[in-house]
Amino acid sequence: MRAYRGRALLLALPLKSLIQRFAFVLLVGAAITIMILSRAEPRLVDNLRGAVGDAATPILEFLSHPAASFASLVEQVDAALDVHAENARLEAQNAQLLKWQAVAAQISRENEELRQFLHVVPDPNASFTTARVISDSGGPFVRTVLINAGKKNNVRKGQAAITNEGLTGRVVSAGQHSARILLLTDLNSRIPVVVVSSRERAVLAGDNTPNPRLEFLAVDARVHVGNRIVTSGQGGIFPPGLPVGIVSSVSEERALVQPYVNWDRLEYVTVLDYTLPGFLPETKRAGRIGEFR
Amino acid sequence: MRAATWFERTDIQLRGLTPFVFTLLMVLASALPWHLPSFAPVTPAFTAMAIYYWSIYRPDKLPYAATFSLAMLLDLLTGTPLGLSALVYLLLQVILNTQRTFFHGKPFLVVWWGFSLVMPGVALVSWIIASLYFNALVPPMPFIIQAVLTILLYPLFAVVLSALHRHMIKDQ
Repeated sequence: MRAYRGRALLLALPLKSLIQRFAFVLLVGAAITIMILSRAEPRLVDNLRGAVGDAATPILEFLSHPAASFASLVEQVDAALDVHAENARLEAQNAQLLKWQAVAAQISRENEELRQFLHVVPDPNASFTTARVISDSGGPFVRTVLINAGKKNNVRKGQAAITNEGLTGRVVSAGQHSARILLLTDLNSRIPVVVVSSRERAVLAGDNTPNPRLEFLAVDARVHVGNRIVTSGQGGIFPPGLPVGIVSSVSEERALVQPYVNWDRLEYVTVLDYTLPGFLPETKRAGRIGEFR
Repeated sequence: MRAATWFERTDIQLRGLTPFVFTLLMVLASALPWHLPSFAPVTPAFTAMAIYYWSIYRPDKLPYAATFSLAMLLDLLTGTPLGLSALVYLLLQVILNTQRTFFHGKPFLVVWWGFSLVMPGVALVSWIIASLYFNALVPPMPFIIQAVLTILLYPLFAVVLSALHRHMIKDQ
């Protein structure tokens, strides 16, 4: 009996390592195949990401509360350290803002009157959904966040995500209860924008650094450091005029933009549902041949 | 030796799940929004620490299939190209499987030194694959900072991991 068991072990051990090796080769092959597939057919992966995001939402929601309170503790300590300087700065800012408030009220009244004179077609009102950031892309590969609102809350692929500071990014995939937002700093983010002062159009292209660059600017474009950048509304997905950022550096080859959004305090985002009148909702549009929904 | 009761057997089996559960928690930790200044792109590779530890001490409790599925979950949750972490961590594990006995019974500094050797490799391979995938040069700096942070944080996690490990093998 004992000899038999010994022999069995003699056979079983190499067999086990053989299976392990086989599993390794199989899994590496699977990983590479999935990567190529996800590159060629992003749609397949989008659905899977949506489903996994939905499943993980309750867990991440639960866990992100302590993470957020830890962060707010760090913030509070930070704030307590320079409360006096902050107070002086805010008082100065407040005085300035009050002045601007009076100006804005007057201009908006005047704007209203002029619009009435000219019979301007009003822009469609965007409805919106505000959701909490429950997951971050913890790593150097992409700049995305997961929010706890999805198709059930009217969040759809392509919609713009903003905070009170400015444009954050756009929805790239939506599950039932969760959606992924591609931040405008991501390598794959392309947003049609316009330079406010000169009305120059450009595409804001992310490259995973904190400062996305302006692409497709006209050769003789007048862009200067400090110019405001807003969405142009081209393509009809984003409402025009959403604040994006300011030009932070201009050189021969490129102009970089500093977004308004403070990425470190991205706790809530608002997703805008903006559909141009005359545009059919996506579900009612004719799909391309061979396109599945 | 008396036969183990049902309770004892279940207990041992549950303890055996420790490596998997801990690595799963590390995956979730990577996905959480920490809201720390400039932290998101350089969030330490928590998962890599867990895989390194368990591949050296208990590879039987973290088979390739477990690493694969945990890494896929990590990619799905963080929005990383799907399959990238799976590929990188499988390669990490297969290398560790050939070298693991070297670390047995060695002082902690040697294990840490080993980690500081493999982490730059993980970062380099990840960076190459990501650049190929996106067909663009991904900025390498966050990869380097992430690797350095991960190496610096490893001793902290090793304390937790070895405590868990001791708890796991107690009574076995």
